[in-house]
Amino acid sequence: MAEAETPVAPAKLEPVRVYRHRLPTRLWHWINAATLLVLLMSGLMIFNAHPRLYWGEYGANFDRAWLVIGSTADAGYLRVGDWKIDTTGVLGRWTDAQGAVQTRAFPGWATIPTSYSLADGRRWHLLFAWLLSIGLTLYMLWTLIGGHLRKDLHVRRAEWSPRHIWHDVKEHARLRFPRGEAAARYGILQKLSYIGVIFVALPLMIATGLTMSPGMNAAWPWLLDIFGGRQSARSLHFITAWALVAFFLVHIAMVLLAGPVNEIRSMITGWFRLPPERGA
Amino acid sequence: MSKVILPRRQLIARAGGLIAAAGALPLLPGCDAINDAPAVRKILSMGEEMNRAAQRALIDRDALAREFSRAELSPYFRPNGTRLPAGAVYAAHAAGGFADWRIRVAGLVARPLSLSMADIRAMPQRTQITRHDCVEGWSAIGQWTGPQLSGILAAAGVRDSARYIVFRCADRLGDALYYESCDMVDALHPQTIMAWALNGALLPIANGAPLRLRIERQLGYKHAKYVNAIEAVASLDGIGAGKGGYWEDRIDYEWYAGI
Repeated sequence: MAEAETPVAPAKLEPVRVYRHRLPTRLWHWINAATLLVLLMSGLMIFNAHPRLYWGEYGANFDRAWLVIGSTADAGYLRVGDWKIDTTGVLGRWTDAQGAVQTRAFPGWATIPTSYSLADGRRWHLLFAWLLSIGLTLYMLWTLIGGHLRKDLHVRRAEWSPRHIWHDVKEHARLRFPRGEAAARYGILQKLSYIGVIFVALPLMIATGLTMSPGMNAAWPWLLDIFGGRQSARSLHFITAWALVAFFLVHIAMVLLAGPVNEIRSMITGWFRLPPERGA
Repeated sequence: MSKVILPRRQLIARAGGLIAAAGALPLLPGCDAINDAPAVRKILSMGEEMNRAAQRALIDRDALAREFSRAELSPYFRPNGTRLPAGAVYAAHAAGGFADWRIRVAGLVARPLSLSMADIRAMPQRTQITRHDCVEGWSAIGQWTGPQLSGILAAAGVRDSARYIVFRCADRLGDALYYESCDMVDALHPQTIMAWALNGALLPIANGAPLRLRIERQLGYKHAKYVNAIEAVASLDGIGAGKGGYWEDRIDYEWYAGI
């Protein structure tokens, strides 16, 4: 802890800044954000080629799908199991930018490219998958070697207590975020979220993605055993993608609620201004 | 993490990055222009090259696609692409049980062949239950029977100068007859067979009768149906528009379809 040589300053007026995010974290964060956006949107294009999901090794039009985005003569729908909901305008039946009615699953504004092209969707997806994989591998190594995992993300014994976790949940629900020194560290929910994304969700995306490759199935047939077949892997790939979207929405909400300028600036410059203690 | 307490600093400069990030948002509608730019397409096609190189390095030449039991067969094997080739010639072949169908084996071979379906069935056979993966995302499991392509190529005496095998098909799609190709690694793979039977019966027309390619470590569009010629070539330059396949030439499907 190095203190600048300023004389006793009126602490109330001098915001306390901490160097919160090191360069690899900032770099990976933004590269990864852009990469995941491309992967999501091109992935939705690929899904549009066959908007049905199955469990097991095989699954095609004549087999029972557990999830379908489809259309009838005049409506779009989403069916999950036996539960069906009308999604006209958004899924299954929507109007494109030129005013034409389309009956693809996900709408043009959500896909890369905008109008249907499985070939182009695959080109974006299969190139950016490399960025994700290489970036994630390097970042994982850095969190291990650079101490980020041990110092910032490691969940300490006391934090595992249900009482502590429940307290943090309540504080978040009340939108009471840590202030002062405590704001410089990650809370238990933050730690679990980041660990979950970096070490569970993103590796799962890559592994289930590889399991869909017939070439990789020949090289590493155990991938099929882990995920219960190619179509199960495809379903898990889809579910995990939406889990990441859910993480993104909560993440953005928290940034907005905790002070967007300060939060985003810290992910650009590294410097985070500690919110003053309550009553200070 | 080092912690430093600093005197006051200007914040406006740092908001610059934020504004730059927000500035990227209106670009989204321009995505299609980006998608269509020649330079971008060139970069995008790097992915295929990386995937091919990585998979060729990672996958043993003879690593097998998983084979399944009869209990795991799809109840119905979904046909895709051409389901019935148009034209009187094909119709006449079908009516005659493909008795006069010939498969020409030509190109860089010492002994060009013209094989009948009886010749094909007289060769040593391989039966395999494998999963067919369509580029669209669906999969179906079927049992295939036919001679290994490696046996056919050996019978024709394929030359060392051959680098690719091209498959010519009898089904016309839009402006051209279907065609596909693969390199010698996949051509000589033990599971690469010319199948004339599906699930223990003669190959249905919808699935490519009388003869189709099975190339089990690649996606469905590589599995040429209605095959009537097998050509060994040194380069794909003279084949269609040069990318090695009907869809590759028309809508940029990857030639290497292992992923």
